[in-house]
Amino acid sequence: MTTPAVAPVLNMLLAQTRSELLMRWRVPAFSVTNLALPIVFFTFFGLPVAHVRRADGVSIGAYLLASFGAYAVGNVMVYGFGIGVANERGMKIDRLMRASPLPPLVFMLAKVLTALLFSLVALVLLIAFGIVAGGIHQTPAVWATIIVRLLAGSLPFIALGFAIGYWSGPNAAPALANLIYLPLSFASGLFVPLNQLPAFIQTMAPYLPTYHYAQLAWSALGAGRESLGVSLLWLGGYTVVFLTLAVRSYRREERAKFG
Amino acid sequence: MMPVVELRGARKRFGEVEALKGVDLTIGPGELVALLGPNGAGKTTSIALMLGLRRPTAGQARLFGLDPNDRRARSRCGVMLQESGTTGVLTVSEIVDVFRAYYPSPLPTARAIALAGLDAKADARIGTLSGGERQRLYFALAVCGDPEALFLDEPTVGMDVETRRAVLESIRSLSAAGKTIVLTTHYLEEADRLAHRIVVIDRGVVIADATPREIKSRIPSKRINFRPETALGASTFNGLPVQNLEIADHRVHLLSNEPEAVLRALFERGVVVRDLEVTGADLEEAFLGLTRRP
Repeated sequence: MTTPAVAPVLNMLLAQTRSELLMRWRVPAFSVTNLALPIVFFTFFGLPVAHVRRADGVSIGAYLLASFGAYAVGNVMVYGFGIGVANERGMKIDRLMRASPLPPLVFMLAKVLTALLFSLVALVLLIAFGIVAGGIHQTPAVWATIIVRLLAGSLPFIALGFAIGYWSGPNAAPALANLIYLPLSFASGLFVPLNQLPAFIQTMAPYLPTYHYAQLAWSALGAGRESLGVSLLWLGGYTVVFLTLAVRSYRREERAKFG
Repeated sequence: MMPVVELRGARKRFGEVEALKGVDLTIGPGELVALLGPNGAGKTTSIALMLGLRRPTAGQARLFGLDPNDRRARSRCGVMLQESGTTGVLTVSEIVDVFRAYYPSPLPTARAIALAGLDAKADARIGTLSGGERQRLYFALAVCGDPEALFLDEPTVGMDVETRRAVLESIRSLSAAGKTIVLTTHYLEEADRLAHRIVVIDRGVVIADATPREIKSRIPSKRINFRPETALGASTFNGLPVQNLEIADHRVHLLSNEPEAVLRALFERGVVVRDLEVTGADLEEAFLGLTRRP
């Protein structure tokens, strides 16, 4: 028997994902922010109105759970990738990885899997909290639809995270991520329903990626403002924009560091 | 047999600076080669080209006959870099485990950690390691895949005497086991003791490529050190076989292959010599003699 020339990709991916999960879990700045912050926000903004229903019968509690669910997943993606990648560049982890036999694509895929797993946990915790503490009821199928759609639709925010991570340094990345993601979330009605926001924000919202992302979850409750196709089209467009930025920053870095 | 490393006419320019000005270097399987040179000479750039961490501006770099970025070539190499970091929150054995997964037939985790002499720290978080322990961790990461070739850029920097000895011992035994090893070092006696072959790089060119013994024979072997009774100028030494002449603080330092001839000539020229010392030049001085420009 001859030794294979390279290690099996699946083994690499599993080992790499495992280590990414451990790294993420052991840094409270990530794990606490990602898992607890949405629940804290929901406690302030959502619990007081959990039992209220809109005129059309939509539960405000469920609506806000969907909103904060969208916020939670975007949060994991933008902060996880943005700050994570910037930090690793700052610590020059990229140089060691670059010299190793690990293909860059597997390295990135492990990060994506890790972020998806973290997002899943964040969503499950948030929804469980809403059910237990807020007495909010929906069928399991509705919850499952919300979770699957939010995970599948998170691609533009993964791209945005990578763009921030490769464009900025370890000191600037947290500020930049906050400066971009918090206003986006607020202006898209993720914290406070849109109809309660100033008129100019209501006009602006339909152009924001977070707005169309949240529609994926709201429409699962019958509270969407546009068809699924339109949401996906917008998200696809934003993915292209953010991915282009990410690839440009990545290439710039490649030329500077490894050219 | 297929060479492990091949640089052919390799040039590398960073903006205005030409870090490598045409390096030709072939390293075969099983060789233990030390790259020596002062800071900024181009040693690290050479290793970066060999590993595909940098692309040559002109010329060619091959690793196991392949493009250095080819995963099949990478999978046969273990690497320890000067400027690299790793996460602080994993433990030593956790990160060694991850790196093992990158290679087709790695060593057992405990074996890799033992080769680096880190057994006592296997379950410690990386963030708690000292600088020397971190260096040993990088060594463990380099060897854990049981690669055919090891590239070690300044492997013993920051290590205390004890660990340095242990790591050098590991390098020696890996070499004895048939591994190809390319290292750079500032501890020149290390290269002298370890390497089969020393490649001296200065200002981006290879100025010597030979065994430690040949390098030593080619360069001044003795150091002469004395206090002249009256102040001397450099002209006193005109025509004499001396190198690295320094006259400072009423003392004269120089290197020569023919100390007897130099001293005889000085006496004939009427120089009165006090506090004379003639000692063997070590590799460090030898090396200075090779790299110093006239």
